[in-house]
Amino acid sequence: MFQAKINVTLKKSVFDPQGKTVLDALHSLGFGEAEDVRVGKYFKMTLKAKDKAAAEKEVKAICDKLLINPVIEEYQFQLAPLESDQ
Amino acid sequence: MKACVVVFPGSNCDHDCWHVMHDVMRLPVEYVWHKQNALPKVDLVILPGGFSYGDYLRTGAIARFSPIMQDVVRHANSGRAVIGICNGFQILLESGLLPGAMLRNDSLRFICKHIYLKAVNRSSIFTKNIAANQVLNIPIAHGEGNYFCDADTLKCLEQEDRIAFQYVSESGQVNMDANPNGSAANIAGILNEKKNVLGMMPHPERASEAILNSKDGRVIWESLAAALN
Amino acid sequence: MTNMLQETPITKEIIQAHGMTQEEYERVCQILGRTPNLTELGIYSVMWSEHCSYKNSKPVLKLFPTEGKNLLVKAGEENAGCVDIGDGLAIVFKIESHNHPSAVEPFQGAATGVGGIIRDIFTMGARPILSMNSLRFGSLDQSQTKHYLRGVVGGIAHYGNCIGIPTIGGEIYFDDYYEGNPLVNAFCLGLIRHDELTKGKASGVGNSVYYVGATTGRDGLGGASFASKELSEASHEDRPAVQVGDPFMEKLLLEACLELVKTDAIVGMQDMGAAGLTCSTCETAARGSVGVEIDLVKVPRRETGMVPYEIMLSESQERMLVIVKKGKEEIVEHLFEKWDLHAKKIGEVKDGQQMRVLDNGKVVADIPAKSLTDEAPLYQRDSSRPVYLDEAQKLDLQSIPEPKDHNEVLLKLLDSPSIASKRWIYEQYDHMVRTDTIFLPGHDAALARIKDTKKGIAISTDCNALYGYLDPYEGGKIAVAEAARNVAASGARPLAITNCLNFGNPMKPEIFWQFRESVKGMSEACRAFNTPVTGGNVSFYNESPKGAIYPTPTVGMVGVIDDVDKRVPSFFQKAGDLIYLLGETKEELGGTQYLLTVHGKRKGLTPRLDLNRETALVKLMIAMAEKRAVQSCHDISDGGFAVAIAECLFGKRHHPLGAEIKNLDWAKGLRSDSALFGESQSRAIVSIALNQKEDFESLARSFKVPFTQIGRVTEKELLIGDWIRLPSAKLETVYEQAIPRRMSK
Repeated sequence: MFQAKINVTLKKSVFDPQGKTVLDALHSLGFGEAEDVRVGKYFKMTLKAKDKAAAEKEVKAICDKLLINPVIEEYQFQLAPLESDQ
Repeated sequence: MKACVVVFPGSNCDHDCWHVMHDVMRLPVEYVWHKQNALPKVDLVILPGGFSYGDYLRTGAIARFSPIMQDVVRHANSGRAVIGICNGFQILLESGLLPGAMLRNDSLRFICKHIYLKAVNRSSIFTKNIAANQVLNIPIAHGEGNYFCDADTLKCLEQEDRIAFQYVSESGQVNMDANPNGSAANIAGILNEKKNVLGMMPHPERASEAILNSKDGRVIWESLAAALN
Repeated sequence: MTNMLQETPITKEIIQAHGMTQEEYERVCQILGRTPNLTELGIYSVMWSEHCSYKNSKPVLKLFPTEGKNLLVKAGEENAGCVDIGDGLAIVFKIESHNHPSAVEPFQGAATGVGGIIRDIFTMGARPILSMNSLRFGSLDQSQTKHYLRGVVGGIAHYGNCIGIPTIGGEIYFDDYYEGNPLVNAFCLGLIRHDELTKGKASGVGNSVYYVGATTGRDGLGGASFASKELSEASHEDRPAVQVGDPFMEKLLLEACLELVKTDAIVGMQDMGAAGLTCSTCETAARGSVGVEIDLVKVPRRETGMVPYEIMLSESQERMLVIVKKGKEEIVEHLFEKWDLHAKKIGEVKDGQQMRVLDNGKVVADIPAKSLTDEAPLYQRDSSRPVYLDEAQKLDLQSIPEPKDHNEVLLKLLDSPSIASKRWIYEQYDHMVRTDTIFLPGHDAALARIKDTKKGIAISTDCNALYGYLDPYEGGKIAVAEAARNVAASGARPLAITNCLNFGNPMKPEIFWQFRESVKGMSEACRAFNTPVTGGNVSFYNESPKGAIYPTPTVGMVGVIDDVDKRVPSFFQKAGDLIYLLGETKEELGGTQYLLTVHGKRKGLTPRLDLNRETALVKLMIAMAEKRAVQSCHDISDGGFAVAIAECLFGKRHHPLGAEIKNLDWAKGLRSDSALFGESQSRAIVSIALNQKEDFESLARSFKVPFTQIGRVTEKELLIGDWIRLPSAKLETVYEQAIPRRMSK
């Protein structure tokens, strides 16, 4: 078993109104140090796979097929083996 | 012209589209459940508004995998008419029948109100009956109608006369004040290359009877009925 | 774990933690003939909480008139009242509070409030066709209020928009007295054919009990008792008690249940709202005078390690209990399958009258069902007239200078968020889906058509709670009267009301007095209009550390218009039409928005309401519509005459009309502020085309309603005698910007 932690964000070229709103709010609260905010989605997924390479392939396919829209979004993920569930 | 309305779990404008076909236009229409594999023999497929699958992932993202969508794609690719309204437009984008994607409205709020539209393309089966300089008063109701595409796609849409509708002011001007959601180039609706597939955010089915405060949306149904009969 | 909890000895502390008194506990022991186990104690505590049992309010609620010839289901019999509207059709409607959850988590609190009231409607087999809401917040200049407003409006929009039921109107006030204690009252109305009316009752020994919808988790645990506690700082620690709504799941449930109603497979249906599985099980059993047995091992859950106590008390949303005819189980399972829902048989209807709960075959609760519902304790609470009233009702008009600049006062009132345009709010609600919304928000009443008929349904939610604070009795009367007036202004006949009674802690005699007086006033008005009360709810304990809210008995008045083509809009239609004032204007400044906004005073006697005059006005309004004798009709309420006239101008955004009011005979002998901003009741502004003059005047005469021709509709400016002269565009801008400019700060 593997656990995948997937982050989906809007591409750099795409304006992120949520991120902008959060950034504005931070500034108005006095967090002037904040320079940029991008709001994204986070998926935590457990999946069966025979090895890490297979898991990686599977996660990529899942992201490309369903989790993201390549027109506006991009993703990154981390994979770690999981102890088999009790 | 015979039409069908595809019903996804979470569709909520399906009744409204059916009503406008059946009771307002007096045309034959039937519902098609999304789990069906094949469309009935129809001239027009309507993908109605709503929140298919709750739109928890992205609007329209899961609906495109419904069994019926394969036949909708075939229907479209064979040159027959498809109109996607609101969530239906989002499904057309996700399924690749139309280019681009939807972002959240720039206000970050859901917006329901009457807006003004003009038809940029006036030769398609959907827009034929719309007069030059005619400004249509039709409501929108969406949280994610901020149309996005890259610069090349936008250029292509313009060059190929595939921008169906733009948000305009009451007097017909394209400007930022008239743009309710931040859409690129004030785009409210676009066509595919063959111009038999239309996606639009505004709801013409909500503006097809005088009692509903506007019947400007009717011209779209009338264009279709004239072209497909 | 299970055994540990089962064997927990019931101590005084545990009884207290469940919000039960020692006497109540002893009564439980008496009913059972033994001591209850923890699960049973939990079941009694939620069912006997104020929220479910109305133990403190029932004796007072008996004052309401509940009989009427059109009623198919009366108050208290089912989840919501049901009123016949002819043509084999009926409407089912109810308003309910979700105040406490919204105070803790505004977005989810409001969202699940909407979800709950929608379930109440489709549980009865009716298709929900529209929603409304009534909201109260602190001052909009407070940042906490903005947070509440954003969250609550966002939550209502999220749920209502997704499920596809239009939110077509409502009301909202901002006042310091609601700071930290917002009110969220959600209204829903459904349409049904008489033969599809479904009861929330079990019957037929051997029939199956099915569980449908979302899985059960620990969310909202003890929510019903949570709603019956005063909010304190500690409530913010109660966060897990707030449920999360899933409108998509509810949409599936709604469609599936309405399909189910058309089959012959079920005998009853009940949603799991407050007190979840407990409430739905014992209520269906009690209503049907049968026993029900369920086994918790079959209940679908989303968390592991849940004990019977938690499963029985969970308030997970979007769940239904369905009683299925023996032998028809397959039809039901198949139908839910179509909607990707899993119907799970969890029990059976049994002989006797016990509600028996098993956990994998082992009995964990065995209770006479009716002891939870019909035999809950009732209390006559002490009441005493609040001491603040004497001082508050005193108003020395001498001490209040008449305004020098009436233009400024009018602009200030239009800029007050309670009066100003609510566009910022209603544009976030899908108010047009289903294509039945005839009046866009902003009219006196919401109006929706019923397709395939000529009929329309008009609804107004109203409550001027400042009146209630200064005089609960008169305030209650006026809440009903204003709602009736608004419904009638559109041309509809008021039929019945639902109400949501929001008050402070009823254990305090002064609060209980407010409650009783309000109900008395409402009852009297309901009798006068012949509009029975079909149900609603009571929300007590609306108190923050700063004190109780205003007494806020929100009224949802429902009316019907037989021919929607005869509807009357609230706005002037065209320049040149004549303007009339209906009713009499008196020196009544007590409790007005003018005194509050301009002079910062919550003082004086509220305007007096004469029910004879009011019923005459209401009847006249209905007749005016029927005879097509007017172009528009708008009632005069908050902000008085001047605000009402200004509002009449705003029919089309960016194109306000004007008005020229030259005849001020009706204001003779009055202070200028009383004339312009006083809130005398039973008044309205009417506009007519020139050729309607004779018809209109003879109608008004025949109903003995005083009328005065005061001016005419113009194009660009509001002119009232020598007092007011303002460009309409300026009025509109102030009126439209009041809320957005505060929200963007």
